[in-house]
Amino acid sequence: MFLLKQKSTIPGFHLSLGYTVFYLSLIVLIPLSMLFIKTSSLSFADFWAIVTAPRTLAAYRLSFGAAFIASFINIFFGFLIAWVLARYSFPGKKIVDALIDFPFALPTAVAGIALTTLYSSNGLLGQFLYKIGIQSAYSWTGVVLALIFIGLPFIVRTVEPILQEIDPEIEDAASSLGAGRLQIFSRIIFPAVLPSLVTGFSLAFARTIGEYGSVVFIAGNMPGKTEIAPLLIITKLEQFDYSGATAIALVMLIVSFLLLALTNWAQWWASKRIGMS
Amino acid sequence: MSSLARRTESPIVRRSLIGIALLYLVLFIFMPLFIVFATALEKGIVYYLHSLADVDTIAAIKLTVITALIAVPLNLVFGVAASWAIAKFDFRGKNFLLTLIDVPLSVSPVISGLIFVLLFGLQGVFGHWIRDHGWRIIFAPPAIIIATIFVTFPMVARELIPVMKAQGNDEEEAAITLGAGGWKTFWYITLPNVKWGLLYGVILCNARAMGEFGAVSVVSGHIRGYTNTLPLQIEILYNDYSFTAAFAAASLLAFLALFTLVIKSLVEFRFRAELKAVRKQGH
Repeated sequence: MFLLKQKSTIPGFHLSLGYTVFYLSLIVLIPLSMLFIKTSSLSFADFWAIVTAPRTLAAYRLSFGAAFIASFINIFFGFLIAWVLARYSFPGKKIVDALIDFPFALPTAVAGIALTTLYSSNGLLGQFLYKIGIQSAYSWTGVVLALIFIGLPFIVRTVEPILQEIDPEIEDAASSLGAGRLQIFSRIIFPAVLPSLVTGFSLAFARTIGEYGSVVFIAGNMPGKTEIAPLLIITKLEQFDYSGATAIALVMLIVSFLLLALTNWAQWWASKRIGMS
Repeated sequence: MSSLARRTESPIVRRSLIGIALLYLVLFIFMPLFIVFATALEKGIVYYLHSLADVDTIAAIKLTVITALIAVPLNLVFGVAASWAIAKFDFRGKNFLLTLIDVPLSVSPVISGLIFVLLFGLQGVFGHWIRDHGWRIIFAPPAIIIATIFVTFPMVARELIPVMKAQGNDEEEAAITLGAGGWKTFWYITLPNVKWGLLYGVILCNARAMGEFGAVSVVSGHIRGYTNTLPLQIEILYNDYSFTAAFAAASLLAFLALFTLVIKSLVEFRFRAELKAVRKQGH
């Protein structure tokens, strides 16, 4: 399958590639294939009954729905933050820039207890949100808030380099031909960053649908209401219902792979568009 | 109108955009960071240190360090091999291989734990075989280590591949032509060139290994003092309403995250300088 395209003077191709494929199979591919093997022991009717049970559907709706809402909100604010970091200068910018990756570096359990403390009814932010009628912890809203925290760096870090790459001379040319700022934005800048927004959105979405640690503390975990899909998998495992856990996991895995394909397609689309212009 | 003025927005627009962006960051990113340290220290430094010295917390720290000491070197060796194959050679199926390497990143942590229960658990494929040999993998440290290896699998490779690609093959080809062997070329030419990227990859991999929660939670069995890593210990303390102790333990991992970000900024700064120098030489 992996064939060298032309002879190289550098040694070690077969050794390094051989080890890569061996270790990849041992650690990732063989263990993951267990999901398919285990699920194949179920009849399709049983599989369908598990993944369409009301409790499962509610868990999917929460995990996928909250991930979608959070990633959608992050598109706008992530773009705005990337814009500010790429184009403006202000005091403390370097520290702000470095801290964007904080949610990515912080262990999810730490994020989970910090967010729950922050948004609970007597928390620093929660006390205000509860006063205006927003139940910001142990609810759908809480899950969305946690996923906003987790997903933000994915959008900012995908869009920021693309914004920096846009040639200022193109904007100057448009401006000297009489285009206003809004016109330049909608005709030049927005089309250039659109593929990166799609990529960033699907990266954030893929990461947040399976998120566990940062969400499980704030979610409330009421079956059928505020129970996320990964928690339902754990519950099934604790009841020794391995087939049930595996079937629910397989659906999530397939959605993740579809998103990965979407990301690759967006990048291919972007490179094709650059190639054409 | 100067070209700069044409290219940017009016000061009012600019300032309000910066303001909105910063407000969003303060609310969603800086506040959680602040909460961790504020809660950890709310009963004073003595209480803070005392809760860190708890027997179970120290056992959890030990297991976390051991896990990272095994998982990180294994993924480091893999990362170097994968980067060498992918960055130095052009072969069919390369993009497919890159996609496969990233797979653990798009798998839910809980699923990452589940697959090892399916392999090594009592109902699993190797379950009876492992029991007949008198070994324990699931609900014991080995499963924690294996799940951590899976979760942190791509971390070094992802950081190293772009850096090695950017260096090109010219120096290695020159060394080989002059008679250096493959290993010698790697140690004296490639490694010094990519050491900063490698360092960041290792530190990121380590931060992930020490902080993994979901996957480890599924395979651990939560046996206090035996199969609890630091993140699992944080969960137990929190669910016992020992909030200050939970946040004290959490602050250690938050420090680790901040340290990782500092190294990342240093590496980026270092590369920016190097790239500029390369460009200047080109002119």
